[in-house]
Amino acid sequence: MGLEEKLPNGILLTTVEKLVNWTRKSSLWPATFGLACCAIEMMTTGGPRYDLARFGMEVFRASPRQADLMIVAGRVTNKMAPVLRQIYDQMPEPRWVLAMGVCASSGGMFNNYAVVQGVDHIVPVDMYLPGCPPRPEMLMDAILKLHAKIMDEPLGPTRAALRAASGKRTELIPSSVRYAKKK
Amino acid sequence: MGVFDPVKGFGVTFSTMFKKVVTEQYPEDFRPTAPRYHGRHQLNRHPDGLEKCVGCELCAWACPADAIFVEGGDNTEEERYSPGERYGKDYQINYLRCIGCGLCVEACPTRSLTMINEYELADDDRQRLIWTKEQLLAPLLPGMEAPPHPMRLGDDEQDYYARGPELARERGVPAGETVETGREEARR
Repeated sequence: MGLEEKLPNGILLTTVEKLVNWTRKSSLWPATFGLACCAIEMMTTGGPRYDLARFGMEVFRASPRQADLMIVAGRVTNKMAPVLRQIYDQMPEPRWVLAMGVCASSGGMFNNYAVVQGVDHIVPVDMYLPGCPPRPEMLMDAILKLHAKIMDEPLGPTRAALRAASGKRTELIPSSVRYAKKK
Repeated sequence: MGVFDPVKGFGVTFSTMFKKVVTEQYPEDFRPTAPRYHGRHQLNRHPDGLEKCVGCELCAWACPADAIFVEGGDNTEEERYSPGERYGKDYQINYLRCIGCGLCVEACPTRSLTMINEYELADDDRQRLIWTKEQLLAPLLPGMEAPPHPMRLGDDEQDYYARGPELARERGVPAGETVETGREEARR
């Protein structure tokens, strides 16, 4: 953004960082990027039974310019790879990528000449979600883990360098444990 | 086309307000899956804690996605991990390849490899999604002892396989349950 890069570290930034991250994670709009069967589960997750709207992300934007999160749902073929990269490039920063299903994460059972062996060959991936296809709860779990990661994201290069130096890693707790009702 | 047709649509919207909500509140209200849902794998143990895996690699051969890696090792009298000659020395499942088809479970001759209902596996690191033997092994239940240790339930492996359920009863596993029932059974 510009301003936070000029500010020294420690002054008011931790609170602002939290606020900014909170706003970012609470309205994470996914881009429509269904490529195969995983997209069916992704649509189900957006439907009434699982209802992604509870996490502020029910609108699957057809335009990458309005999206923050790319859920790559399905196997990416070599022919699709440049398209995927272009859509990623058109998304405004900050942006995140979620590789949904084993095919997007590593090529899965399609270990052949046509399929890219993991979308991280093309775009940086923030969350890998195994499963073939993952059930809607698994997708929501992955999204909630991504939320946790976004909440820990540093604001500006000074704090980013600090975090990289500390070597800290966001702890990814299974959502059913993390959000379990208190008894 | 009637005069009231445009209003009828709102009637549908309005009547929905009095219907039961179908949404599941997933992370807060966790509902167990179907009992035989294909979640992640588990390497089971005999009732005395010895591993059931004999390192035969049939699961790796059955896997259509080449997700399983097995390396067998020889048991010795001093260091015994499973009844019989061989045991699974190294065991890895790559969850970024595994499609959860269950062919490995069908291939397993000792019912060492089964699937439990846990499914919250998402991670941000490819390396961490290759699960190792320590992560896949079933937890030690009461009455079990961490291997390596000698065979406690018989003189050779035939006793384990031929009289397995009986030995489990003697060891204190309640009737109707097996040592394969994992954490999801406790949750239910």
